[in-house]
Amino acid sequence: MNLSLQRRGFGRFALASVLLVGAVVAGMRPAQAADEAPDALVKRLSTDVLETIKADKSIKSGDVQKIMVLVDGKIMPNVNFQRMTASAVGPAWRQATPEQKGRLQDEFKTLLVRSYAGALDQVSDQSVVVRPFRGSPDDKEVLIRTEVRGQGDPVQLDYRLEKTPGEGAGWKVYNINVLGVWLVDTYRSQFAEEINRKGLDGLIGALADRNKTNGARR
Amino acid sequence: MNARSFLPGATTRLAIHARRIGAAVALALLAGCATAPGGNPKDPFESFNRSVFRFNDGVDTAVLRPAATAYRQTLPSMVRTGIGNFFGNLGDVWNFANSVLQLRLQASADNFMRLNVNTIFGLGGLLDIATEAGIDRHNEDFGQTLGRWGVPSGPYLVLPLLGPSTVRDASVLPIDRIGDPLTYVDGGLARGSLAVLRVVDARSNFLRAGQLLDDAALDKYSFTRDAHLQRRANDVYDGNPPENGE
Repeated sequence: MNLSLQRRGFGRFALASVLLVGAVVAGMRPAQAADEAPDALVKRLSTDVLETIKADKSIKSGDVQKIMVLVDGKIMPNVNFQRMTASAVGPAWRQATPEQKGRLQDEFKTLLVRSYAGALDQVSDQSVVVRPFRGSPDDKEVLIRTEVRGQGDPVQLDYRLEKTPGEGAGWKVYNINVLGVWLVDTYRSQFAEEINRKGLDGLIGALADRNKTNGARR
Repeated sequence: MNARSFLPGATTRLAIHARRIGAAVALALLAGCATAPGGNPKDPFESFNRSVFRFNDGVDTAVLRPAATAYRQTLPSMVRTGIGNFFGNLGDVWNFANSVLQLRLQASADNFMRLNVNTIFGLGGLLDIATEAGIDRHNEDFGQTLGRWGVPSGPYLVLPLLGPSTVRDASVLPIDRIGDPLTYVDGGLARGSLAVLRVVDARSNFLRAGQLLDDAALDKYSFTRDAHLQRRANDVYDGNPPENGE
């Protein structure tokens, strides 16, 4: 009797443990799902963005406001734009005040969005093919290579991603390569020229001016 | 062409070209002395290059861009695609030769297949059946071949009318010309018109890119230079340069 009670007690304890472990595992599953593999992320994101552009005429015709919404909503959460800007600015970034850093990022983002907005009417029947991933799953930084296929020669489009510290934070893009040219690197010497001539505020001013000119033309 | 008539012609062209490049380099060296310290180490001839860049940009704005725009507006896209395909197919001859010289088997096989399929079944290259069948073009020229075997690109060089280049790539242009089927078209007028058509057609494909460059660049010259040097390194290593990106 005593023994059977004890047994029942043990049985309940065992059941409870199983349930608890199960609950913990189940609770962990969403976190693991958020840690999507980098190539899967790139595939999902580029297909999603491409489909959104295809489906929306005003985005294709270069409506900057709408494109900004798309960029902020879908693209920016998966980009470490601070790192991109810092890397383009170079050593001078360390001397920048938080306010300068914020303005640099804003103006740089506007510059990129405005310039590439005009090219979106080229989007028609393209699709993105992610090439086989050659890294190790433990890497903290990876290179994901894709090809945009449509009419004519395929366009090489590669991404560098970093693993965000912490569980479930996922991967973020920190450099993009179009046809063999890394975006951030191409801005490095232009930014350095402005900084050498007129300092960080000079660079911010030059970016703001360019954005104003580009904005007025559209 | 037979070998006897071909060789003297080629050597003369080579000599003329070598002289031209020599002059350009000499000029560049002179201008290089004026380069401010702290300039880009890949671009010692920056002040010379900048002036040629300005000249080219002027020619582009005055002549080439209007011509390409008119070409795009007048000819239906099907015709333009045919013209682009035709010149692309001619280019595949040299792409094939250089992929062989680089001992790139896949690229050689692809380029060879492309050339045959498009010439025979694509009405002499007007249709690009090969791309539709999934046989990709591998663009290779002699500068890339040298790069493949370890010849460094040397300093950046902007050539009058021809645009961004490097000392290595510019010095082998005469060899690239030997591999260009247009060189062997009889009659200066026919050859000239075809060459002009090819340039205008190529430019018409970059009208949008030109606009993008105007918008995106703080300094068009360094943007073009840095993009060109990266692109060439990328091409030499077929998309896998040893160290790239930050």
